[in-house]
Amino acid sequence: MQVVSPVREPLVTGKKTYHDVTNDICGRVEEKPSKSWLLAMAVSLTALAAGGWALGETLWEGIGMWGLNRTVGWAWDITNFVWWVGIGHAGTLISAILLLFRQKWRMSINRAAEAMTIFAVICAAMFPIVHMGRPWLGFYWALPLPNTFGSLWVNFHSPLLWDVFAISTYFSVSLVFWYMGLIPDFATIRDRAKGISKVIYGALSFGWDGAARTWSRYETVSLILAGLATPLVLSVHTIVSFDFATSVIPGWHTTIFPPYFVAGAIFSGFAMVMTLMLVTRKVYKLEDYITIKHIELMNIIVMVTGSIVGVAYITELFMAWYSGVEYEQYAFLNRTSGPYAWAYAMMMTCNVVSPQLFWFKKIRTSITASFVLSIVVNVGMWFERFVIIVTSLHRDYLPSSWAMFHPTLYDIGVYLFTFGFFFTAFFLFAKFFPVINIAEIKSILKSDSEKTATVKTVAENVNE
Amino acid sequence: MDSGKNYLVGIYEDEDVLLAAVKKVRSSGVKIHEVFSPYPVHGLDEALGYKRTRLPIAAFMFGFLGTLLALIMQTYMLAIDWPMIIGGKNYTSVTYVPVTFEMTVLLSAFGMVGTFLVVSNMKPWAKPRIFDLRSTDDKHVMAVDLDENSQSPEEITNVLNESGASEVNSKQFED
Repeated sequence: MQVVSPVREPLVTGKKTYHDVTNDICGRVEEKPSKSWLLAMAVSLTALAAGGWALGETLWEGIGMWGLNRTVGWAWDITNFVWWVGIGHAGTLISAILLLFRQKWRMSINRAAEAMTIFAVICAAMFPIVHMGRPWLGFYWALPLPNTFGSLWVNFHSPLLWDVFAISTYFSVSLVFWYMGLIPDFATIRDRAKGISKVIYGALSFGWDGAARTWSRYETVSLILAGLATPLVLSVHTIVSFDFATSVIPGWHTTIFPPYFVAGAIFSGFAMVMTLMLVTRKVYKLEDYITIKHIELMNIIVMVTGSIVGVAYITELFMAWYSGVEYEQYAFLNRTSGPYAWAYAMMMTCNVVSPQLFWFKKIRTSITASFVLSIVVNVGMWFERFVIIVTSLHRDYLPSSWAMFHPTLYDIGVYLFTFGFFFTAFFLFAKFFPVINIAEIKSILKSDSEKTATVKTVAENVNE
Repeated sequence: MDSGKNYLVGIYEDEDVLLAAVKKVRSSGVKIHEVFSPYPVHGLDEALGYKRTRLPIAAFMFGFLGTLLALIMQTYMLAIDWPMIIGGKNYTSVTYVPVTFEMTVLLSAFGMVGTFLVVSNMKPWAKPRIFDLRSTDDKHVMAVDLDENSQSPEEITNVLNESGASEVNSKQFED
């Protein structure tokens, strides 16, 4: 027997029937691209082209085009890498961890969040590949392939190699997870479509027929994929943090990095989901599916993870002082009061102070405030990575080699390229793929919609 | 009767009606070919008497294969083929854990999904039998194969109607 809590608010409002859900989501795929969509595409394609020029110059001339110097050998590139990987994490968190915890509100946002994961990971992976300088040889440096040195193999003791395995596994498993979710919805579009789109969505749907036997297997597969993706997502950012934590650079060599990076990743990822979903919700009029309740729940996660990140920052400072190691102490003194103190202040304000505003119900249920703060959080998280990477490097052991990092046009251009790619891919996704998981939403309609809630109460009254 | 496969198709509006109907139809001796739903209905596989899928076993086997392959690969490359001491670590060390973990997850996920696609006969060029186009929209569709059942079509239609079907249609496939 289904027990409906009278206290719990419905997850889908607007008294939707199953057919309404199909129409609301498939309709967006079937209609002609709107003017606002074309405009958004034009903007992101422009960014892609402008950034593509910077990327091309970087590949042609070498990474000397960037602002790196002998002291600061990692700067914007690795900052952007960690930032994009972090953003990707929310997708997996929403679809896998919230699935294991049976949080049904995930169903309105998991599809778009997973798409975001995939595009963000592609953006992230681009940076270490370009940073190789000669990426066409990258296969031999990064993968265990036989080579002309009598097979001198890659170094499995190195966290950089672990990263290669972690990121590529993460990308492929997320892609499969996302695609598995899309198959039943492609079948829904196929059964409504005519002509060429019927053929295309037919192929994409892999001949899905919705048989009970297939659904039963499909549910098992989804559950196990979620079980696999959960430790995977935690391992990925842990390994990313190992890139720093296993080194002997003061400021990087800390044991707190893995949990601190994972919390930061969820924090920035949820903020990015918020940014994207608020726009999608508005443009596609999905207010009945992504309700204020959803926004509030996401904001609470942002607040919690933001507080964890804040605790980690303070712990780092305390440990630096308490360790008694001069180098460690100087690294943090320099971070908080050196020439990059402005970046540190930026990080502290955006990541630690701003999410605390979500303690106020008015702010966490306000769409404008959520949108602004979601961007503020991601600015802060970019600065967090910049602070960790650049301030730990720029004043090393020899004062004669101390230096500052100044980004060039090409640093900015390559970053712009990833934005162009990310938004182009996301807009294409939003136009041609169902942005909300139709089948999953239908499965909760009966227990969690406004309509059935009223119907049930009426039925119960009649029975009495 | 004509050549080809003949089916009777019962359309159901509601998942709870469907679940009760499946039990009723089966207890009246009619064999159900398959039920098609727009979303997963919990308890439907049990009501239809399907066995639990063995896909978790496949996932475990593929995962174990991944673990094994990763350990063999790393040991062979860094300890046997070109033994090398890096950073004072042993030839085989705890640093093999991350790559081993990732390969376990990778093979487990891909192996399980691949097995699922094969056993469910899912591929881009598959031509599914669609009994009713609304089965991916808002209706639950129960298909009964007339060749598998000894009862007359009229008897089966009655059983389906009594079980709560909103409509009963006949459907024919060529092959």
